[in-house]
Amino acid sequence: MIDLHGYGPRLLEGALVTIELAVLSLILAVLLGLATASAKMSRNWVLHRLGTVYTTVIRGVPDLVLMMLLFFGGQIGINMFTDWLYYQFDIDIFINVNEFVAGVCTIGLIFGAYMGETFRGAFLAVESGQIEAGRAYGMSHALVFRRIRFPQMMRHALPGLSNNWMVLLKTTALVSVIGLSDMVRVAAEASKATREPFTFMIIVAAIYLLIASVSEWGFARLQKRYDVGFEEVN
Amino acid sequence: MESLTNWLDNLLADNSIFTLQTLSYYGDGLVTTVQLVFLSLIIGLVLAIPLALARGSKRAWIRLPIFFYCYVFRGTPLLVQLYLIYYGVVFVEGIQDTWLWVILEKPFVPALIAFTLNTCAYTTEIFRGAIKSTPRGEIEAARAYGMSWALMLRRIVLPSAFRRALPAYGNEVIFMLHASAIASVVTIMDLTGAARFVYARFYAPFDAFLFVAAIYLCLTFGIIYLFRYLEKRLLAHLKPASG
Repeated sequence: MIDLHGYGPRLLEGALVTIELAVLSLILAVLLGLATASAKMSRNWVLHRLGTVYTTVIRGVPDLVLMMLLFFGGQIGINMFTDWLYYQFDIDIFINVNEFVAGVCTIGLIFGAYMGETFRGAFLAVESGQIEAGRAYGMSHALVFRRIRFPQMMRHALPGLSNNWMVLLKTTALVSVIGLSDMVRVAAEASKATREPFTFMIIVAAIYLLIASVSEWGFARLQKRYDVGFEEVN
Repeated sequence: MESLTNWLDNLLADNSIFTLQTLSYYGDGLVTTVQLVFLSLIIGLVLAIPLALARGSKRAWIRLPIFFYCYVFRGTPLLVQLYLIYYGVVFVEGIQDTWLWVILEKPFVPALIAFTLNTCAYTTEIFRGAIKSTPRGEIEAARAYGMSWALMLRRIVLPSAFRRALPAYGNEVIFMLHASAIASVVTIMDLTGAARFVYARFYAPFDAFLFVAAIYLCLTFGIIYLFRYLEKRLLAHLKPASG
């Protein structure tokens, strides 16, 4: 049996942190991605520009640099804002950025840009006739979105979404660098303390592979659901 | 040369962070980043071509190990791979007594090995896809001409596969540039390492990281334009005919 030198429970906790972080970031990224896709397809040129700048800048800069900028800069920025509130309006509040929240926000913000591109392509793939038909039935824009555009868009977005999720999952490893105790950080600490890097790093790698395989299976099932009514082309 | 330095000195006199000294850190960091990315991409590419061919082999004992290698290196974070090699290399029995230790002692070579193995796995998959989608007619035509396997590979399969792989490979190059920021974690003074140093020294996260983000952005755009140019030149025959 593999000797974990008592690091087993902490490694498990770290794995949970990784999963929570990844899932919460994914939710934030999907919401941001939908907003970005809408902004980029909007006729309002300010929104269009904003969406383009966001996706271009975020996708052109390494994740780690963005993470450090937002993580180290974020606290200073918030302090500057609360100071300003205090001097201007005499409101005295103190906001301390929790590492976990900072991690979720940063990864969500980064992958919102990638999701935005995925969703934009998928929305454009929905035939405009379908939307017109919905409108002709007297559906509101919101109802058309919920009943027609979203379900059909998802069919086209799922392959990209699943791809983004795999990259996002691996990106969560970077939070260990800025001080969050995810499983990579626990494993790095354990490697140094026990001088057995192979044991711990291989276990962590295996957990990542396991999560990736399970989610691959999950996405395949989802795809099947959204593919209903479409014949597979051979 | 001296007038140029004077001019730069005057230009930078007004701020306390971006002195010639710190700019030289960024400059050295840029050199390290480019070296690391370029070397790992080149070595990874050279290794990926035979691997991509072998990945499609009919024999399972050739195909499966390569599939497994690609699956593991594409499914786990680069940071974990880097830690594994960087921390792990110390524990290889007796390595500290050999000449290898002289080069492995510094973090550059372990990082280069990790990056190369990582990009090689992705590149293998990209080429695998490109080779697999070679039009059947081209292969049949080559066979009909009596070409040997090697000749067919050299003249028909590989050139057309390279072209089809170009857009995906461009993304991989950008991905590698961004991934190289991880090198700073194992104390390499690449671009990100320089930014972290400047941040720690002046406690100025916005200046330090925004500056380096701008450099990365420029490099990314450079790569995008290079590949767009290459695609225009090399994929000209695949463009839809303009009416």
